[in-house]
Amino acid sequence: MAESRDQHARERPHGLGLAVAITSIALLCLLVLAPLAIVLVEGFADGVGTFVEAVTDEATVSALVLTLTVVAIVVPFHTVFGIAAAWLLTRQDFRGKALLGTLIDLPFTVSPVVSGLLFVLLFGARGWLGPWLRDHEIRIVYAVPGVVLATLFVTLPFVVRELVPTMEAIGRDEEEAAASLGAGGWQILWRITLPRVRWALFYGCVLCGARAAGEFGAVSVVSGHVRGETNTLPLHVEILWGEYHTAAAFSVATMLAASGLVTLVLRSFLERRVRASKRAASAAADASAAVALGEDTPMKGALS
Amino acid sequence: MSLEAVSVRKTFGKHKALDDVSVKIAGGELVALLGPSGGGKTTLLRVLAGLESPDAGVVRIRGEEVTRNGPHARGVGFVFQHYALFREMTVFENVAFGLRVKPRGTRPDEAAIQKRVHELLGLVQLEGLSGRHPDQLSGGQRQRVALARALAVEPKILLLDEPFGALDAKVRKELRSWLRRLHDELHVTTILVTHDQEEAFEIADRVLVIHEGRIHQDGTPEVLLTTPASPFVADFVSESAIVHGTLDDEGAIVLDEASRGSLGASKGARVALKKVHVAGAVPRGATHTSSLD
Amino acid sequence: MSAAPVASRPLPTPRLPGFGVSLGITSVVVGALVVLPLIALVVVVARAEPSHVMEVLGSERTLMAYGLSFGASALAAILSAPLGLGIAWTLVRYEVPGRRFFDALVDLPFAMPTAVSGIALTQLWGPSGVFGAALQPLGLEVAFTRAGVVLALIFVSLPFVVRTVQPVIESFPRETEEAAASLGADRVTTFRRVIFPALRPALLAGATLGFARAIGEYGSVVFIAGNVPFRTEIAPLLVLVRLEEYDYAGAAAISTGMLVASGAILVILSQRAKGLRHG
Repeated sequence: MAESRDQHARERPHGLGLAVAITSIALLCLLVLAPLAIVLVEGFADGVGTFVEAVTDEATVSALVLTLTVVAIVVPFHTVFGIAAAWLLTRQDFRGKALLGTLIDLPFTVSPVVSGLLFVLLFGARGWLGPWLRDHEIRIVYAVPGVVLATLFVTLPFVVRELVPTMEAIGRDEEEAAASLGAGGWQILWRITLPRVRWALFYGCVLCGARAAGEFGAVSVVSGHVRGETNTLPLHVEILWGEYHTAAAFSVATMLAASGLVTLVLRSFLERRVRASKRAASAAADASAAVALGEDTPMKGALS
Repeated sequence: MSLEAVSVRKTFGKHKALDDVSVKIAGGELVALLGPSGGGKTTLLRVLAGLESPDAGVVRIRGEEVTRNGPHARGVGFVFQHYALFREMTVFENVAFGLRVKPRGTRPDEAAIQKRVHELLGLVQLEGLSGRHPDQLSGGQRQRVALARALAVEPKILLLDEPFGALDAKVRKELRSWLRRLHDELHVTTILVTHDQEEAFEIADRVLVIHEGRIHQDGTPEVLLTTPASPFVADFVSESAIVHGTLDDEGAIVLDEASRGSLGASKGARVALKKVHVAGAVPRGATHTSSLD
Repeated sequence: MSAAPVASRPLPTPRLPGFGVSLGITSVVVGALVVLPLIALVVVVARAEPSHVMEVLGSERTLMAYGLSFGASALAAILSAPLGLGIAWTLVRYEVPGRRFFDALVDLPFAMPTAVSGIALTQLWGPSGVFGAALQPLGLEVAFTRAGVVLALIFVSLPFVVRTVQPVIESFPRETEEAAASLGADRVTTFRRVIFPALRPALLAGATLGFARAIGEYGSVVFIAGNVPFRTEIAPLLVLVRLEEYDYAGAAAISTGMLVASGAILVILSQRAKGLRHG
């Protein structure tokens, strides 16, 4: 249905429709396109030389390294967690499943600042575990572990949220068949499940990585803004902006905007893939339903 | 290989899918679980396979308790109603899967896998299609791949969940007699779930009628037809109305008032008279009829 | 702790393997990253002097910050609704040059790091910015006023509206419209009487999601807000201010208020969704 509208049913707007179309697109440009454009314009406003200088500045490079480090920890962590949680939520039956799902979704509804605060309240000097940590000389808040923890919290739902609907659409049949043939858990995961959900998994990781690189509120609470130590790229942008190094701030922002743009491009590409794999699953179900009604036809056509 | 379930119970929410079910199946038998959909037969099959865990009761394979074992540890072949073929793999890889996932010590080498898979594809008459993907096959071909896949690991017990339910009538008939011949050849203990009594009677040595989570009757097709244990069995097995009447001295059947009403105004009624005894109705006899249009 | 309700009854035979491993990983991660920090929040609030908590929550500064966060978020959601509907409608129904580009653009506020959006909006609407300078002769100021807060929050909540309404417009059966037209309804009437009622639940859900997100939004807003206490200070910023004063209890109390609000919104939304599915 949606597909056919995509190709055929679009009309050339006229009259009132034209007014709606022009107003909508104009406001979209004003609100969303203009901010993107200004980042690029301001980033190169003082010439390429200033841009290169800002981007290769020592503080910028160390912020970039920290940001990449955080991404390199967070994405593999959530890949493993996401697969485990999605397996638990879609392939096992137990009491308390709904509660678990709610807890995993929770970080989406919590303000980034509150997310960061939670870790300060837990690990900060005057926090719940603060005295114990001080006695053992462990620094979490206002240090790199705090940045990593806050980012892990904020990005917790991304991979799970992509995997769960896809795995639900696919169903358990193939995995049960593999189990009945003697395959163990890891074999089922590697040979059956992951090949089926690879695009959804990849997409979830992209979203997770983009958010990890760009997270600002939560990280700004736990980092303590120690320059050269706990500064991520977004925090560095804030510092440059606050010191009225506008051009430098936008130069660094360009790097972050670029990661956002890459995400957008991948998003439109991957979302189609994920949707296609879900559609294929439901098409197969429809096809067997059609066969049940007595049409024993080869099903290649149904999937194209 | 013998298979046994004792006092198995399983509920889904408030629905009692299995209510104190016990079955015993001897090695080499071909048994059908017959009943209307939602009656619990698929649940019983899945409990036997280890795909579902019973709330209470015990499952034994060759006398050994396996209730807590997962499906991979039971050596049971399972054929799913909608085939559940691995769509990312070719036909060949589908059939080879069970061999490839064996633990290293018992895993056959590549040449042996090749040989075994081609043998099996020959058995199910799909030699030419080994390179295809499941979505390039017809329903009947998919079902035969599913069978070959289940047989590849040489299961001691084969469980089939409505194996022909999704096929059209002609293909279903062919596969049915083919399955019977296959069983006669391989002698694998086989349990088949079906809601089609014709299918059950044609293939199975023994039929268990399951309804509302309980086993209503356990016997050969002949026994079920001639001495149904309950009106439900009689009704389901014959798929016809039960009418009551008396046999008069001249051999004519005189229907009861109520039965006359139930047959309605159809002019011709073919009455198949068999020695049918329904519990409690023996002295008067019961007739087995089917009305004609 | 999440394992407790499961372990208290006999473990079922797993239908598929991996129950233990996946439960182990998931409950350790969720326990350490979500449950433990939430307990810390409760502990800090519970240990604090009740009078201090009430003082913080009842102070004019807190009330003003709450008022601004909730008020501006509500206004932004209300303004995003018609705009998002217009954009979604245009993208689904009309032949627009560069439609795919605009469609992808809708997601930009999701994809752009919030700090980048924040400084970009401020640069644009500030007194020396392209739009800000244009508005100045008219006596209109956006940056560093409450209008700026609303503007940034529209930016944040707009994608929620568009992405919730768009699929509903896509799946709206053409035949229904054609039927209305065949009965003599003109296009405006058809939209008002037939299409809009069908879109209303999605529109409401999208605006509510945008509202919930806007309440907690920080990065896109702080730069343009100006952060003047009692005037343009949003609640998340006040949390940060209290924290910098080492007033953990105060920060926790203000946060709890925001958490309760967004939790309530989430519950209402899921109840509505359930109602829609069953009704």
